[in-house]
Amino acid sequence: MPANVQRLPTAALPETSVPAAVVSLPKRPRRTRSWGKTAAQIASNVVPPLVVFALLLVVWQILCSSPGASLPSPSQVWSDAGELIVSPFFDYGQGDIGLGLRVLTSLQRVAIGFGIAAVVGVAIGAVIGQSVWAMRGLDPIFQILRTVPPLAWLPLSLAAFMDSAPSAIFVIFITSVWPVIINTAVGVRNIPQDYRNVAEILQLNPAEFFFKIMIPAAAPYIFTGLKIGVGLSWLAIVAAEMLTGGVGIGFFIWDAWNSSRLSDIIVALAYIGLVGFMLDRLVSAIGAFVTRGTAAN
Amino acid sequence: MSYLTLENVDKYFDRGGQRSEVLKDISLDIAEGEVISIIGHSGCGKSTLLNLIAGLTEVSSGGIQLEGHEINGPGPERAVVFQNHSLLPWLTVYENVNLAVSKVFGKTKSKGERHDWIMHNLDLVQMSHARDKRPTEISGGMKQRVGIARALAMQPKILLLDEPFGALDALTRAHLQDAVMGIQKRLGSTMIMITHDVDEAVLLSDRIVMMTNGPSARIGEILPVPLERPRDRIALAGDRTYLQCREAVLKFLYERHRFVEAA
Repeated sequence: MPANVQRLPTAALPETSVPAAVVSLPKRPRRTRSWGKTAAQIASNVVPPLVVFALLLVVWQILCSSPGASLPSPSQVWSDAGELIVSPFFDYGQGDIGLGLRVLTSLQRVAIGFGIAAVVGVAIGAVIGQSVWAMRGLDPIFQILRTVPPLAWLPLSLAAFMDSAPSAIFVIFITSVWPVIINTAVGVRNIPQDYRNVAEILQLNPAEFFFKIMIPAAAPYIFTGLKIGVGLSWLAIVAAEMLTGGVGIGFFIWDAWNSSRLSDIIVALAYIGLVGFMLDRLVSAIGAFVTRGTAAN
Repeated sequence: MSYLTLENVDKYFDRGGQRSEVLKDISLDIAEGEVISIIGHSGCGKSTLLNLIAGLTEVSSGGIQLEGHEINGPGPERAVVFQNHSLLPWLTVYENVNLAVSKVFGKTKSKGERHDWIMHNLDLVQMSHARDKRPTEISGGMKQRVGIARALAMQPKILLLDEPFGALDALTRAHLQDAVMGIQKRLGSTMIMITHDVDEAVLLSDRIVMMTNGPSARIGEILPVPLERPRDRIALAGDRTYLQCREAVLKFLYERHRFVEAA
């Protein structure tokens, strides 16, 4: 035992003369380990849904491959509508365009309708959250109106605007504005009294209070409302376009149904789902970025 | 001539036809540059009294005057340091102070001057190193330092401190008490501080206002603290005057006006 202890310092001596090598050594394995870790992490998130997706395709293929099947199988979809999947942005003229372009038109409508809903919703929500009486008076009405399905608004808005384009945008607006209003109002009501005291002592005017205290303090609530709202407006646009026509993805489905192109409908559904998912994640990401710091307290 | 005057101030809240009286007949004169502590058991209306002076709450009857002007609302000339610091979590340390500075001095100071003023106040509380940190990234004591810097940056006529060190541990509290004493000496600020810490009251203040228990709390006694400044906590630990003052406050709080629990 003592012999071992004595030997150690002599063995360590030459190593101290090259400190650079000692420093660089622990870094390398750490890097490779973290690369391996992130790869494993990505794999653990991506592989399970891919496996499930593949299994679902197999089940679907088996169920729909009999000659009398009413719905097309995946291989049938691929041979019928492969072009829709592979090239989303073709444009053959006369309204024969790729699904990506159709989705973009729908997204444009959503952007306008939802944009107006966001601005109006936050403004109205802020007023309601500030005033107890406005809350008592308006909240029951909003709670009723928000349960009205999007399409139920369509006839009224067609009658009011006499045109399908603004009607579709109005339907989006009226569908998505309620969660924004209600969540903003709750957020504003929950602003801590301390922040209000700070604002009072600084004698912030209403505009300064709105932008410097109210919006940042209520931002987590506002983004919850916006997230619900963007989901609802994507639901509404597809339904509204089915009835109003035009170039959107919703009308494409209706058109495909009328000409019995079931495979096209299935591809369009996948597009709608993916875009809706991306919209949801986009609003979440913006919310997480904007509210960093706020939510922690 | 007194600087801040409270004259027969009453405060009651009416709720559901019932009137609950919080403060009764409070009269107090405070001179410029004076440091006053308000001490009392919890629920005696200390914070209400401070809110009345800050203008965050309205007096029910009587009046409060600062330099002969009636107080009827909050304003930056009566800056408040809140117990829980009340920094805005989405702003950095610098931006928190800047919010106050740009509001109070937005018209009278240029951008460069405002920047210098912000940094000067952060230097006063030794927080300029953390100017770009957010409140969640700094300790409780540091947050309170920034809270003090924000209040000082408003260049208030009177600084109101609502149990400023109540939420801090004993060591941090001592550091901050020393820092506040240093700043007060340098700037000659007038201060009113709410506290429930007897040592803190004796160490920091020129006079200690002792409140009776609520409801209808009133000023029970006002104790002058005739200790020379600058005060050193270690030297004072065995000082006779210090101990006498301390005893007087303790006797008031625990003999004559014992806190009745679950009252």
